[in-house]
Amino acid sequence: MQNSVALPITGTRAGAAARVWSAVAVLLLGMSIIYVVGFSTISKVHNATHDNRHANGFPCH
Amino acid sequence: MDRFRHMMTLVLLSGAAAGLVLFAVQHLTVVPLIQQAEVYERAGEEAEVASGGHHHDEGWQPADGWERTSFTALATLLTGIGFAALLFGVVFLAGLPLDARRGLLWGLTAFVCVDVAPTIGLPPQPPGVAVAELYARQIWWVGTVVATAIAIWLFFGKGIPKLARPLGIVPLILPHLLGAPKATGQNVVPAEIIHRFSALSIATTGMFWLLLGLLGGILYQKMQAKDADSFGTQPAPLQ
Repeated sequence: MQNSVALPITGTRAGAAARVWSAVAVLLLGMSIIYVVGFSTISKVHNATHDNRHANGFPCH
Repeated sequence: MDRFRHMMTLVLLSGAAAGLVLFAVQHLTVVPLIQQAEVYERAGEEAEVASGGHHHDEGWQPADGWERTSFTALATLLTGIGFAALLFGVVFLAGLPLDARRGLLWGLTAFVCVDVAPTIGLPPQPPGVAVAELYARQIWWVGTVVATAIAIWLFFGKGIPKLARPLGIVPLILPHLLGAPKATGQNVVPAEIIHRFSALSIATTGMFWLLLGLLGGILYQKMQAKDADSFGTQPAPLQ
């Protein structure tokens, strides 16, 4: 059994930047999706996602 | 671009799978309680109109039956993908490695932040229950999720000085000291339905987060076995 020591990544600083920007893009996408399905104030979107909002604890009417 | 593509593959696969399972489980458990609660809600509204109140026009909504079920399925699928993007986005941003066990722990952490903490002030409720103004509740809900996440980061995050760790108690309890917005009005739904709804909602979301974390961890390991630099994160320690 090997020791569970995390080795330093071989990548360059540019590689780390690519990871950080990709992760930020993933986070922004996640926020947008959760806003639409859980928080939208547009009546039609609210009504279409109504049961999902209640079932998953998002504040609803 | 490769990093983003790999991250999105993991997010879409794990989020869609966990979201679809969540939809199926909630369709059999939580959704029937929403329908039961709506019978009481409608009766309450009719009584209000009969006693001289005005009728609320809620605009377009999906017709009961397959149309409404389809919209709920789509919304739950998207919720799965959205939460997967937020959870694994944080893991990728931190540059930390994942595996099945770490994934489960991340899922558990997200469950505590997104479901357990807001439930203290704003438990999941079916329609027809007295509530405070929507916007105030949304602000408190988001604030509580973020504050709880900051608290857990201060308690357990890497590189936090030992002396600073106890400060995590501040964001942990602050939302609850401030208190959730107070509900006004009357419940028209029996307490038994409300309690069963809250319990089932929390149980099913807990299952979702654990499944999501587990699937993400397994996928991460599989993708990294193919290409060690898929995500640009630290390599997963050998086990």
